Amino acid sequence: METNKKAKQIDRIMTAVFVTVAGFFLLLLAGIALLVIGRGIAGFEPYMLSFSRKGIGNQLFNTIYLVFLSLLVSVPLGIATGVYLAEYAKPGKLTNFLGICIETLSSLPSIVVGLFGYLVFIVMVGAKWNLASGALAVSILNLPLIATTTKDAMLSMPKGYRMGSMGLGATHWQTIKRVLLPACMPRILTGIILAAGRVFGEAAALLYTAGMSTDINWNNWDLTSPTCPLNPFRPGETLALHIWASRTEAIGADSVQIANFSSAVLLILVFAFSIGARVLGRRMERKIGGK
Amino acid sequence: MEKKSLFWKEHFWRGLITCCGLFVIVLTLAIGAFLVYKGSGTFTKYGHSIFEFLFSSKWSPADNSTGGGSVGAAVYIVGSLSTCGLALLIATPFSLAAAIFMTEISPKLGNKFFRPAVELFVGIPSVIYGWVGLTTLVPAIKKVFHLNMGYSVLAAGIVLAVMIFPSITTVAADAIKSVPIDYRKAAYGLGATRWQVIYQIVLPAAKPGIFTGIIMGLARAFGEALAVAMVIGKMRSFPKSILSPTTNLTSAIASDMGGAMEGGEYNTALWTMALLLFLISLLFIFIIHRIVAQKGEEKDGNK
Repeated sequence: METNKKAKQIDRIMTAVFVTVAGFFLLLLAGIALLVIGRGIAGFEPYMLSFSRKGIGNQLFNTIYLVFLSLLVSVPLGIATGVYLAEYAKPGKLTNFLGICIETLSSLPSIVVGLFGYLVFIVMVGAKWNLASGALAVSILNLPLIATTTKDAMLSMPKGYRMGSMGLGATHWQTIKRVLLPACMPRILTGIILAAGRVFGEAAALLYTAGMSTDINWNNWDLTSPTCPLNPFRPGETLALHIWASRTEAIGADSVQIANFSSAVLLILVFAFSIGARVLGRRMERKIGGK
Repeated sequence: MEKKSLFWKEHFWRGLITCCGLFVIVLTLAIGAFLVYKGSGTFTKYGHSIFEFLFSSKWSPADNSTGGGSVGAAVYIVGSLSTCGLALLIATPFSLAAAIFMTEISPKLGNKFFRPAVELFVGIPSVIYGWVGLTTLVPAIKKVFHLNMGYSVLAAGIVLAVMIFPSITTVAADAIKSVPIDYRKAAYGLGATRWQVIYQIVLPAAKPGIFTGIIMGLARAFGEALAVAMVIGKMRSFPKSILSPTTNLTSAIASDMGGAMEGGEYNTALWTMALLLFLISLLFIFIIHRIVAQKGEEKDGNK
């Protein structure tokens, strides 16, 4: 009887501990988000949004452009790798090794990827810091995520899809292209959005690839000119790098406010993407589930 | 005629997709090969011993290609180890408690609210954590402990702990969730309280998955560069306590690579650090594989 009572007491205490810890962390996370966003709004001045040397408009544009460029590389390659793993690869040593390779890529420290990019895309090519090499470096980072999402999505497709299509006389590739890939699209899309959200905040891999400076002339649309906004071979500092830079080289008097505001914008962007992916994934799933 | 083109298409796409798959292998091998090639220069070209690199604390590589400096990276390694160790010490108990809360104590609230919230925070860019740490945590530590500077192992440990907490929590929660419900029912049937069920049945059963989560968190903490660099103080000396500033592998690479001459001793020593980081991340993958394999064996053994 005595031990029973004690056990019940301990049970109650531990439950309280768990609830407290969980509540504490929820508060902490919410606190960080509110702090970042609140400070960003508090220090906001309209000029910060401008596309000039003072504002962060250019950095914001660079960030989005870089994400776009990196997806151009990693989406086709990632989907193809996923399709290969799910459809064509025969179980064996090579396939196992490819699996380990993808795992290795996904756990590479981003600074190491940045160094690799610096060596291969900058030093060996003989180029200056530029957006394209940053995009390539970052696509190494999000390639594994897209590949595994595609593979998992394809493997989870009901067998009937494949059988039905093949029974109608479609070839293997026709089945993949017309039946399996479209059916997997919602999940792959969710993966891509998550990958994009991760690229937004990437900084370490871009330090020595995309560079820490940006000089855009918005009236210059000559693609070969180094100040043309759309030229991928110009240096392009992203928002995340801008926050990093304002810590080490505090140049202007308002650099703290600008970094605060940049953090807030970055946080909202990342949240929007990750919530967007969630909502989209759920909606598509419901649609396919026929509910 | 049409059949022929179909046949050709089939082969073409199959070939192309196989090439993409193989390309990923080539890419991974290329990254590894470049790291080994550049990183081994310290030992081959400049004639330092691996022992010196790992255990000496004398770091003054020459920034030219004649060499002659010393490349003891022990301070950086200890810095990395101590910050990550501290981060794990802080994050693990809290993550476990949070994971237990969202699976065992309040699964409804956990699924609907807690889990999405935690997952949302997995994606927060590390520079933001670093920036918050720099502007809020560092001054706070300075004030509370009456220090000259707030930059410290403690600040880096806390920033890393907050960063890896969501990753550990989600993986641990998955592991706890996958423990068969029968285990719990049997224990409850024997009159166990909820805490007894959690502590004596569920946690041991979920142990491999929980370890996997912890190692994934550790891997993330080890590879993190900028957030740590912002709060660690970049002081090249062994930390005397958790309140003293130090430096680590990733922040050395992040801050010194740009200024070092390509191919020089300094530059090569930084590449060796990158190689070390790469090897450590491989080690983590290996450990995770071992855990998963062991778990598989145990399950087979039970049957």
